Amino acid sequence: MNGAQDLGGMMGFGPVRPEPDEPVFHAPWEPRALALTLACGTLGEWNIDISRHTRESLHPARYLSASYYEIWIEALTRLLAERGLVTEEELAAGRTLADAKPTRRPRLAAVDVAATLARGGPCDRPPESAARFAVGDRVRTRNFHPAGHTRLPRYARGKRGTIERVQGVFVFPDSNAHGGGEGPQWVYSVAFAGSELWGGGADPGHSVAIDSWESYLEPL
Amino acid sequence: MAPHDDDHDHHHHGDEGSPLSPVALRVRALESILIEKGYVEEAALDAIIDTYQTKVGPRNGARVVARAWTDPDYLRRLSVDATSAIAELGFGGRQGEHMVIVENTPQQHNLVVCTLCSCYPWSVLGLPPVWYKSAPYRSKAVIDPRGVLADFGVDLPAGTAIRVWDSTAELRYLVIPMRPEGTEGWSEERLAALVTRDSMIGTGLPLGPEEAP
Repeated sequence: MNGAQDLGGMMGFGPVRPEPDEPVFHAPWEPRALALTLACGTLGEWNIDISRHTRESLHPARYLSASYYEIWIEALTRLLAERGLVTEEELAAGRTLADAKPTRRPRLAAVDVAATLARGGPCDRPPESAARFAVGDRVRTRNFHPAGHTRLPRYARGKRGTIERVQGVFVFPDSNAHGGGEGPQWVYSVAFAGSELWGGGADPGHSVAIDSWESYLEPL
Repeated sequence: MAPHDDDHDHHHHGDEGSPLSPVALRVRALESILIEKGYVEEAALDAIIDTYQTKVGPRNGARVVARAWTDPDYLRRLSVDATSAIAELGFGGRQGEHMVIVENTPQQHNLVVCTLCSCYPWSVLGLPPVWYKSAPYRSKAVIDPRGVLADFGVDLPAGTAIRVWDSTAELRYLVIPMRPEGTEGWSEERLAALVTRDSMIGTGLPLGPEEAP
């Protein structure tokens, strides 16, 4: 979706401000927000693509004014409410008002945290067909504007690039974020000249690579 | 509520006149409801936080880079299958499941961003800094990487090409910066101390030998 998350190439935000000796967290609620997000993710009630789409579905004005952990906690709250696991009324009251509902997977136990984090969530899948493109192939990205989730940023739509790496087969977020199944596809690193993306004024030495699912690409 | 009583926050739950911020209150309410309903275990939350506060951070990545600088075979393995080569040093897991390295050379400097969210190689760099997740960085890196480098005080020669890697899929990128001159014969451990977090994102360069901590 053309939401506020799709920031590449926007202007007016001012300089990047690195923070010397920044702490890992900036307020005591931030680590709790991180841990709640990760722990609730293991309940199996949603996947990472649903989670990302929920974050990018925040109103653009809210998305741009919130800190990243605020975005996380707002999206988590929405995911929990949509599934009836925690209601808005409960949040407002600050206490439980309804019985817990069963979840697809049991809650994460402390003894399993290390193994769960070490395992992560690999989303590569075995190839079921040959890759359509090879390193060096010229391609054009599709120009589309889906209302749902996609990982093809606006600045890289309808652009000519070159396949630089064939990365393997991965779960397709555009489908997996909307209950359409994993639909794994080949993923490629596609490189674009700066001038292709940004016009003639671009620095000749400037190039950008994205990781692109196969269906985002057509041969040139 | 117990989970926060030992936080070194100047706010104290229930104290008059020192309220928590709305978001802090909301997170606290959410946590207590989730625990009460049995969806999360408090000790598991603490274990997750401890992992990213004390165990996983950019020193992991610095060890990978220092090994790559001193062991050409290791660098080759990193180039072929970075996930496996990084696992040799004991690093992997969440947000490091599919690793790729990109090597800086005198001809090309690499810069990593995630314009669409905040994808970042947690297993080797820890949690991303605030600026990495911020609108200024995510908007500017792809269109004006030299301007971003200037924001970090980095000025590359005009002839050096800059390649930006936008992490739009599940591949996570680690930049292998160039080994600083004047470090011939240095041990892996001494070299690792020169590898800054930002040099592995591409917004910085490694420390010089005279800057060794």
